Amino acid sequence: MNIFVLVKRTFDTEEKIVVTGGAIQEDGAEFIINPYDEYAIEEAIQVRDAQGGEVTVVTLGGEDAEKQLRTALAMGADKAVLINTEDDLDELDQFSAAYILAEYLKDKEADLILGGNVAIDGGSGQVGPRVAELLGINYVTTITKLEIDGKTVKIVRDVEGDSEVLEAELPLLVTAQQGLNEPRYPSLPGIMKAKKKPLEELELDDLDIDEDDVKAKTTTVEIYLPAQKVAGRVLEGDLSDQVKELVSLLHSEAKVV
Amino acid sequence: MLLADEKVAFLEELRQSVRAVCKAFSDTYWREIDEHQAYPTEFVKALTDAGFLAALIPEEYGGSGLGITEASVILEEINRSGGNSGACHAQMYTMGTILRHGSDNQKRMYLPKIADGSLRLQAFGVTEPNTGTDTTNLKTTAVRQGDHYIVNGQKVFISRTEHSDLMILLVRTTPVEQVTKKSEGLSVLLVDLREAVGNGLEIRPIKTMMNHSTTELFIENLKVPVENLIGEEGKGFRYILDGMNAERILIASECIGDGRWFIERATNYANDRVIFNRPISQNQGIQFPIARAFINIEAADLMRVKAAQLFDEGKSCGAEANMSKLLAADASWEAANVTLQTHGGYGFATEYDIERKFKETRLYQVAPISTNLILSFVGEHVLKMPKSY
Repeated sequence: MNIFVLVKRTFDTEEKIVVTGGAIQEDGAEFIINPYDEYAIEEAIQVRDAQGGEVTVVTLGGEDAEKQLRTALAMGADKAVLINTEDDLDELDQFSAAYILAEYLKDKEADLILGGNVAIDGGSGQVGPRVAELLGINYVTTITKLEIDGKTVKIVRDVEGDSEVLEAELPLLVTAQQGLNEPRYPSLPGIMKAKKKPLEELELDDLDIDEDDVKAKTTTVEIYLPAQKVAGRVLEGDLSDQVKELVSLLHSEAKVV
Repeated sequence: MLLADEKVAFLEELRQSVRAVCKAFSDTYWREIDEHQAYPTEFVKALTDAGFLAALIPEEYGGSGLGITEASVILEEINRSGGNSGACHAQMYTMGTILRHGSDNQKRMYLPKIADGSLRLQAFGVTEPNTGTDTTNLKTTAVRQGDHYIVNGQKVFISRTEHSDLMILLVRTTPVEQVTKKSEGLSVLLVDLREAVGNGLEIRPIKTMMNHSTTELFIENLKVPVENLIGEEGKGFRYILDGMNAERILIASECIGDGRWFIERATNYANDRVIFNRPISQNQGIQFPIARAFINIEAADLMRVKAAQLFDEGKSCGAEANMSKLLAADASWEAANVTLQTHGGYGFATEYDIERKFKETRLYQVAPISTNLILSFVGEHVLKMPKSY
């Protein structure tokens, strides 16, 4: 089984994020593998262990993303590919990312492609489905269970809290939802082995992509942190007065009734 | 002395991975273990399964073949996370005696199983009630009878014997009056605790200020097969000394981990705690001691790195290893004190975890070597002053 996992390096949202001049400050920020992509990596490793084959993790970005690829290799992936867009593109959007990934994947004869359901930074959830669309293969998003029997794949997917059971055929692209599995952390032997595993670096030229063809189709107008939560207000006095005041405030201040 | 870039990156990766394992073991976990004076079995298992305790075992025996620098980072991160390496650090380095002085057969028989955790060797029986650091005067004897040694004596403050399958035991095989130097005539035996307990060995737990699973051993006519002798008979004291520098560096690292944990807690609390309409961290009386403790930890870290590098390069590092232990133990104790003071009354409440770590890090002023003996070592061997004891 030829398995690919699409991985994104993201900010660790558990750490403090600083926004200055409309951009997130990279200095001092912690970077991680997008947590939803970790489910995808774990699932890929489990499928490979059960069915045989090879897991290749792929990411787009700069050289810094090597670290996340090494972590994926230490978890158990066999190969890693960094498509380095640092010199060619200032900005990537979902269109550019999907286009580049699809160009890379088109002749790889992938049986199964996994990705995270969304990245916790951009949160668009578009790249996976767009790649499948460009490759002309089926896709299923937000999966919580994956069973492969020959060419047939039985999937449970999360539908806003409910479960939907589907059957599909390989080749297939799926995106992982929380609950799919419990991602392992890299073991020490895993880290040692990862040092010797191949990490290939490609540029747009290597994929015969003209940078004009992958220019972002969207522009980011502004980035800002959510407004700070202000302290709540506790009403006082008789219960009936409090109710009156509450209704009046909901009407005049909150403007919801 | 800077580490090469690649090594720095690898150490960082190592730190992240140890943190990932430790993250699953919260303050609550360690608090409950402490409250019940229990052994952190699940934590030790997770660490073993992830291969971290086999870091120092060569690859040919199933370990990762790393150096003391890497091992020290692993233990530092455990303590940095709020946990306590004391529960399992000996599984990492006690095997060094077998690795350096054991026969090929012993290495093949024991090291792979120690590497995968199926065999626990994390008890080290040296200290005795009446001799302490005066090791060469120890009273436990082993007399050879045919294929066995018959061992008699008593040991004290031997940690983790109830959580270990094997124990390294230092015994006198030649009476002190028959040797020219007191350091001769001591031997190292590998005792299989699973067979020994109830057959000449009695283990009694010692309840202490902190949770450390330490015990007292009563040995009466314990039979140990001759093939369990490590190295040559009579040369055991040197074998034990060989492991000391590694231990000093690793304990220093645990202190540095503790120190960093304390500084983080103290800083966060001081910034959050508002009294008289301002955070207490704005008071120099609070801020400066935290800053000073931090500085001392960073300095101790440099000595630790230096000692570990010398060790890994196979160079003499006795002075540096001992100095790093003293600096780090002093720094972590200072940080502990400052953090307790910063927290005021809350520092004494178990749910803040400060008192637990405070008790744990206090140990390192005394064990595995008392700070005074480091001073006497440096005075005598580095500064060439007269032996002070």
